[in-house]
Amino acid sequence: MLITKRAFLTLSCAAIAATNPGLALAQEWQPRRPIDFVIMAGPGGGADQIARFIQSVAEKMDLSRRPLVPNNKGGGSGAEALLHVSAASDPDHTILVTLNSFFTTPLRQDNLGIDIQTFTPIAMMGVDPFVLWVHAKSGITTVDQFVEKARAMNGEFVMGGTGTGQEDSIVIAFLSGAYDLKIKYIPYDGGGAVARDLAGQQVMATVNNPAEAKGFYEAGDFVPLLAFSDERLMAFPDVPTIRELGHDFSYYNQRAVVGAPGMSEEAAEYYRSVFTKIYESEDWQGYLASESLSPLWMNADEQRAYWAKEVESHRALLAALDS
Amino acid sequence: MEILSLLGSGMLLAVQPLNLLLILLGVTVGLFIGAMPGLGSVNGVAILLPITFLVPPTGAIIFLAAIYYGAMYGGAISSITLGIPGASTAVATTFDGRPLARQGRASLALVTAALASFVGGSVANVIFTLFAPVLASVALSFGPPEIFALMLLAFATFVGLGGDDIAKTIFSICFGLVLGAVGFDQISGAPRLVLFDITGFLQGIGFLVLAIGVYGIGEMLWTIEESRGEVESSNPKMTVRGMASDAAEATRKGWRGMTIGSLLGFFVGILPAAGATPAALMSYGVAKMTSRNPEEFGQGKVDGITAPESANNSASTGSMLPMLTLGIPGSPTTAILLGGMVMWGLTPGPRLFLDEPEFVWGLIGSFYISNIAALLINLAFIPVFIWMLRMPFSILAPMIFVLSIVGGYAAMNDMFDIWLILIFGIGAFVLRRFDYPLAPAVLAIVLGPIAEPTLRQSLLLSSGDLSIFLTRPIAGTITVVALILIFLPALKLLRRGGSKRGDKAA
Repeated sequence: MLITKRAFLTLSCAAIAATNPGLALAQEWQPRRPIDFVIMAGPGGGADQIARFIQSVAEKMDLSRRPLVPNNKGGGSGAEALLHVSAASDPDHTILVTLNSFFTTPLRQDNLGIDIQTFTPIAMMGVDPFVLWVHAKSGITTVDQFVEKARAMNGEFVMGGTGTGQEDSIVIAFLSGAYDLKIKYIPYDGGGAVARDLAGQQVMATVNNPAEAKGFYEAGDFVPLLAFSDERLMAFPDVPTIRELGHDFSYYNQRAVVGAPGMSEEAAEYYRSVFTKIYESEDWQGYLASESLSPLWMNADEQRAYWAKEVESHRALLAALDS
Repeated sequence: MEILSLLGSGMLLAVQPLNLLLILLGVTVGLFIGAMPGLGSVNGVAILLPITFLVPPTGAIIFLAAIYYGAMYGGAISSITLGIPGASTAVATTFDGRPLARQGRASLALVTAALASFVGGSVANVIFTLFAPVLASVALSFGPPEIFALMLLAFATFVGLGGDDIAKTIFSICFGLVLGAVGFDQISGAPRLVLFDITGFLQGIGFLVLAIGVYGIGEMLWTIEESRGEVESSNPKMTVRGMASDAAEATRKGWRGMTIGSLLGFFVGILPAAGATPAALMSYGVAKMTSRNPEEFGQGKVDGITAPESANNSASTGSMLPMLTLGIPGSPTTAILLGGMVMWGLTPGPRLFLDEPEFVWGLIGSFYISNIAALLINLAFIPVFIWMLRMPFSILAPMIFVLSIVGGYAAMNDMFDIWLILIFGIGAFVLRRFDYPLAPAVLAIVLGPIAEPTLRQSLLLSSGDLSIFLTRPIAGTITVVALILIFLPALKLLRRGGSKRGDKAA
């Protein structure tokens, strides 16, 4: 159930070292046309912001001879993106920015015929924590007040999140299970829309990623109550983690780049070298810090192992969600 | 007064040589990208984002905003001259722009579109400058029930049209809604209406695919069949004086559309999830509904061009508002602009106006300059576009065909879309022979995917109680207006039916 990112953190240095010898080799393959940079979410959400940031760093450092062209395919909890990438006519020029729906969507829709192990591991750019937010005007400032309010409303407490079975609904399901809350869950098509509707007080609370809520937090509109991370987040040192409150749980959204199934090894090595440079860049490291992401670097084999492990833990989480 | 001095310094920044050059370049590039079927402002901004690293952030966003602007002007050009929507935002412009061009009034149509774009942009700029922070909070007060009510109103404007056969209009709307429902269900994530298990349907039917099919291929077939190949190509003369008189005529006949489009367009633009395409379609609907002669729409009415064209420019400025003030994009293009701002090291959001006044006001100032530049450049190119129309239809028809196919492929890089375009084209031709209006279907495929999730979100909020659309003040007002508009023609229909029976009896 818990994501052991620390185990991989120690491996991360080794992984960077391991990919470096590949750099010379990667020079041999070069993209011949613009790269279809598919995003598993609609415009404006956390996944989208990150994809566009990655694209911008690639352009700024002039890493790719051909541009990365962002292509939002958020439909069906990312199923649209998975199908698009797995049916890509040109796998060497098709890459996908993933989030956890990379694991959950094929589990929930086995009729899609998607096997994520056929995808090509490229780079794990970091993991994004979840934070419980309420609007400042609600007057709620602590988890206790939140729980009290949600219980008092007896099923009328409204929370917004991404589609059913996606990350937000998993976190909220755990939260309501742990505190015995009845929450009315409204699915949206992306984290950006969720944050907007908390700002407009259409919903009462969300579990947005810090990056999505940052602007509103800085303006004093949003109040963070609880972090679903292993340790307190640097940006919110006063916000307790759910672990501190006695629940053995943490949940992160992966921010990884994968290649289309059937991508040639030369192309994969090329993209790995590009994304290694992006990962190591000052821009990306600065982004990780300012948006409260945790680093979790892995090499290709570790990524595959990570996928297998995540699929199993999500199978359990989804089973709990359905029951 | 403070706003005026801020705006003044912003404009001064925008007319600095480098920025002015970027504006002129951006507008010209945008104009042509917009005029290419299939390619719209989204593609233009995405493709050119990388080169913005060569200039400072303010110059970069000014350049991208100029492309956005130019594309809104350019979209009308192929809609009018070829009948293929140049961009999704210009679909409504084909409704009347194309008929007007076929009457030999292409220059009037093009001048009208340019002028309406200018007016829409100008009105939006003024509203933006004066009320940006206030309007941001208005946008936030629109939750799912309010947005659904607004969509209901949009449909109502299309049902409640005087001229068309109401039953056929409703059929057309339902057809569009069904097409819009194909693909994945946003709320449950389950696939729907995947006909014959063809995986292409899982991705949903793109709005542009239907529009290019119906207006590109369908219109071409219609023209061929109607004229049996003997289309007299119009031979309009272009002079400065001619343009001036066109502009006067456009203002005289199209001011109503401009007013509606500019105001409604801005408002729809600032709302989340909407953007310029729904804004243009809704403005067309409202202009037609409130017209004294609604039956003239679709025959080349000037108001039918000014409403959507002023709306799409107004909305594109409007959709910058939630991006700058809330950090939330109001349209796909602003999503890319937002990404650009993040990479230039700016944090869009509630604090941007305070933290980066020079950037914000430089951008707003550039809207004004871009708008003037776009008008002048567009007018200068009109003779070139007119010249295209002088070609005989036997040359133009294959060109339309090729552009439709290439444009349809360029949007998503998917062959499946091409087959759909051909099927829709033939289907549209057949339906048109039986006098089915097709604009409502196009409207439905744009608005359906916005209306459906907001309806379901609202019903989740209210535990299934429909009264949520009446008890919330904003949603309630809009819903009541929409219901009146829907039932008014139904009553008329009943009364007419009754009097007919009376005639028979007598």
